[in-house]
Amino acid sequence: MRRLLLTSATLAALLAGGESRAQVPLATDMTGKEGLDIGTSTSEIAITSDFRGADLTIFGAVTNSDTLLLAIGQYDVVVTLEGPRDDTTVRRKDRLFGIWVNRTAMTFERMPTSYSLASTRALSEVTKPQTLTQLGIGTDHMALTPTGYLSNAANLKDFREAFRRLKQTGGLYQGQEAGVRFVSSSLFKATLRLPANIPDGVHIAHAYLFKTGEFIAERELPLRVIKTGLEDSISRAAHESPLTYGMFSVLLALITGWGASLIFRRD
Amino acid sequence: MTIYLPIAELSVNIFIILGMGAAVGFLSGMFGVGGGFLITPLLIFYNIPPVVAVATGANQVVASSVSGAITHFRRGTLDVKLGLVLLVGGLAGASIGVFIFSWLRRQGQLDLVISLLYVVFLGTVGILMLMESLNAMRRAARNQPASLKRPGQHNWVHRLPFKMRFKKSKIYLSVLPIIALGFAIGILTSVMGVGGGFIMVPAMIYLLRIPTNVVVGTSLFQIIFTTAYTTIVQAATNYSVDIVLAFILMIAGVIGAQYGVRVGQKLRGEQLRALLGLLVLAVGLRLAVELVVTPDDLYSIAIGG
Repeated sequence: MRRLLLTSATLAALLAGGESRAQVPLATDMTGKEGLDIGTSTSEIAITSDFRGADLTIFGAVTNSDTLLLAIGQYDVVVTLEGPRDDTTVRRKDRLFGIWVNRTAMTFERMPTSYSLASTRALSEVTKPQTLTQLGIGTDHMALTPTGYLSNAANLKDFREAFRRLKQTGGLYQGQEAGVRFVSSSLFKATLRLPANIPDGVHIAHAYLFKTGEFIAERELPLRVIKTGLEDSISRAAHESPLTYGMFSVLLALITGWGASLIFRRD
Repeated sequence: MTIYLPIAELSVNIFIILGMGAAVGFLSGMFGVGGGFLITPLLIFYNIPPVVAVATGANQVVASSVSGAITHFRRGTLDVKLGLVLLVGGLAGASIGVFIFSWLRRQGQLDLVISLLYVVFLGTVGILMLMESLNAMRRAARNQPASLKRPGQHNWVHRLPFKMRFKKSKIYLSVLPIIALGFAIGILTSVMGVGGGFIMVPAMIYLLRIPTNVVVGTSLFQIIFTTAYTTIVQAATNYSVDIVLAFILMIAGVIGAQYGVRVGQKLRGEQLRALLGLLVLAVGLRLAVELVVTPDDLYSIAIGG
C-alpha cells in the first residue's frame, strides 16, 4: 500500500506554537480557548490510473491545549475528507408483471461523492449523537435531505439506509475509528483511507476538535484530487470536449475498418 | 492483464474483451451481420454499464460496417442512391432515439428498456432463424430445391406515392417506406447500439422487394453513417462512448471477421444459421432471466437528480 504523506510544516509550526505558549502563559488562561490547525504540504493529490486506494496522512496540532486534559485523553479529534458534492438519486426496484422495475426514487441534495473519516475514538464515545448530527459528522449523522416533494415519508428511512449501505459497500464511504493518533502532546496524525474509485475534483478536509465531548473548534482545508495518466486524459476529453471526442472515436473506427479491408484484401 | 476503461470506470481483463470482439467478429464475418446485437448484451453480461455498452457498441459497428461496405462497393453490390434515401430516415430516427435514450436514463428506466428490447428482438430473430434453417434442412433432406421467395408480384408498398428510380437495384419504388424503415432502424441504433442489419436486411428483401444482391451492401453503407452519427451524438449528450473499449473490440472484430468469412464459405449454410439462431436465443434468454430473478439489492444509486 502506497502512502501519500502530506507532510506539512507541522514540526516547525508546533515548535513555534510551543514557544509562544511558553512565552505568554497568560494567554491560555485568559482566553481558555483551544484552537486547531491542520496542514498539508500540497494542495493537490495526483493519482495515477493504477491507483488501488491508499492512505492519506494529515498532520495537525491542538493549540492552547490544557496539558492535563490532554494527558488523560479528554481531547478528541475527528478528521474527514469529503469529495465533491452532487445530487444523488437512490432508486428501488419492485416487481411489475414478474419483472423487476425501478419504481420509486429519491434524490438527496448535494451529497459528497466520497467520504472518509478518522477519529481518535469511536464517534459515539467522542460526543453526543445530537452534536454529530448538528455538525454532520459521520455517515450515520450526515444530512440526507431529499429534494422536491416527498410523496411517501415512510420510505425516507429505507432510502437513507440504502444510500449509506450502497456508498459503503461501493467503498466510497469509509470510516476508520482510531485513525487519529496523538504523536506528541499536541501533535496529531490522521490516517484516512482513500477509496480506489476516488472522484476527481476539490475535496475538503475537515478537522473537528472536541473537549470532554464538547465541540470546540473546526478547520477545513481544500485538497484537489487530480487523476493523471492516459486513461484519465481520455475521460477528461470525453467530458470537456465531447463533440471532438465523438468525432475522433468515429475517425478511429473508420480508419480501423478501412485499414482492415486494405490489409485483408484478397478478392 | 487488466486494463482500465476510462468511461465505463472499471478494470477489465483485456483478453476477455479481445475474445468477445473476435468471437462476434468471426460470427459477423460468417453470417454477414454487423454483430452489434451480440456485442452489446455480451458487454452488459461482463458488467459494463448498459449506457456505455450501447454507445460503445455503436462505435464498434462503424468499423465493422466500413470494411464490409468497402468490399461490397468493390463488387458493385451497393446502391448508393438507395442508401442515401435510407439514411435520411436513419439520421432522423437516430436523433429521436438519442433523445429517448437520455430521457429514459433520467427516469432510471434505461437499463430495463435496453434489456426488454434485446429480449424481444433477440427472441424473435432467434426463433425465426431457427425455424427457417430447420425448414431448409428438412427440404435438403427431401432433396427439394429451395423455393425462391422473391416473386415479382407487387404489394401495398408499391402503390405508395413519391416514386423514385434506383438504377443499381433495378427498382422503381416510393421513398416513403424506405425512409420509414431507415427511421425505425435509426431509433434502434441509438437505443440498442446495433446497426440494425438483422432487421433491415429481411425488411428490404421481403417488404420492399429489393434485389437480394444489393441489400447487404446497401444496408451496411447506411449503417456506417447512422452508427457514426449515433456515436458522436451519444458522446456529446451522454459522455458514454468508451474509446478504449471500442478500439479493443474493433481490432479483434475486424480480424475475427476475416476468418469468419473464410470459414463461412466452406461450411453448410443451414446448420450455421441454426447455430446462430440458437446462440441469439440463448443470449436473449439470459437477459430475460436477469429481468425476472430477484436482484441481490433492490436499491441502486446514481449521481445526479
